[in-house]
Amino acid sequence: MDEISQLSEFGKVFIYLIMGVIFVLFTFFIGKLVAPKKPNPDKLTSYECGEEPQGNSWIQFNSRFYVIALVFLLFDVELAFIFPWATVFSQQQLINADSYWGWLSLIEMFIFVGILLIGLVYVWKKGDLNWIRPEQFIPLSPSKIPLSAYKALNTEAYQTKSFCMDTEVPIPEKVLPESPVSQGKPGFTPKFKRPAL
Amino acid sequence: MSLEIKNDTGSVMLVKVDDLLNWARLSSLWPMSFGIACCAIEMMGSMASTYDLDRFGVFPRPSPRQSDVIIIAGTVTFKMAERIKRLYEQMPEPKYVISMGSCSNCGGPYWQHGYHVVKGVDRIIPVDVYVQGCPPRPEALIGAILELQKKIEQESLLKS
Repeated sequence: MDEISQLSEFGKVFIYLIMGVIFVLFTFFIGKLVAPKKPNPDKLTSYECGEEPQGNSWIQFNSRFYVIALVFLLFDVELAFIFPWATVFSQQQLINADSYWGWLSLIEMFIFVGILLIGLVYVWKKGDLNWIRPEQFIPLSPSKIPLSAYKALNTEAYQTKSFCMDTEVPIPEKVLPESPVSQGKPGFTPKFKRPAL
Repeated sequence: MSLEIKNDTGSVMLVKVDDLLNWARLSSLWPMSFGIACCAIEMMGSMASTYDLDRFGVFPRPSPRQSDVIIIAGTVTFKMAERIKRLYEQMPEPKYVISMGSCSNCGGPYWQHGYHVVKGVDRIIPVDVYVQGCPPRPEALIGAILELQKKIEQESLLKS
């Protein structure tokens, strides 16, 4: 390209933009021309995974999302700045040209991140990051069993035991009360007699 | 189809608009991501890397507004039939239906005593291609896609 172009660099971008718009509009136009159009009430309803649409689709979002989105954007942009910085930071050429380059850029980035961190601290301190939860309502029902009974059950009867590697856990031997043997019910006791020879 | 896609000489290509449209449509059959029962597992398998339905331009879409074909993969209960009907209605024309597996073809194992099963999805929506099997292999589903492509080839969007 020895000749001097009549188009400036911005002119090329402009032509690119125009061509992009024309391309999209042309595609839409062709689609409108060719596509069959058979609307019916079922087709025009909003898509809710095949269910009958319920209520209005203009739902109000919680305005607290706005603050969270803003804070997210802050750090998103920070990342977008850090990436190009990281490519220049460690270039040997620049460090050779000026020995203070590395320190300068590092301190600059710390200042930049520090300013954003001050913003985060401010938001945090203000309590904008706190998500206000609705108060939980625990229903109470009139019952003759007091709550302490459940507590006793949980702490005593069903108490969890700590895990132990020993497989041989000494089982406490039950001491059976010595009862008089075979004095209660008369039972049938088979007797094997050796046949008399 | 009189469409010469490969042209080594780089000369002008002459096609009928109908053929061009049909070629475009059959090369990008987008099904709806919609599976009802166990056949859907085979459908997912055929879309995954082993069988790779994407090479036929088959790529599942999350909305009926963007899809061309709905694959009824599974047992159609009466409760589901209402939803299927609505989803089918919400797809834009031209739309196609592939009935995959015995259950959606004719009720399958529930054909006699299944009080809750629609005896064939073709009783509620028109079906273009039936795939036999319980469940059909992914190859069978690919075959159905190819059959559907043959069917689209014969159609004329401009005359209808």
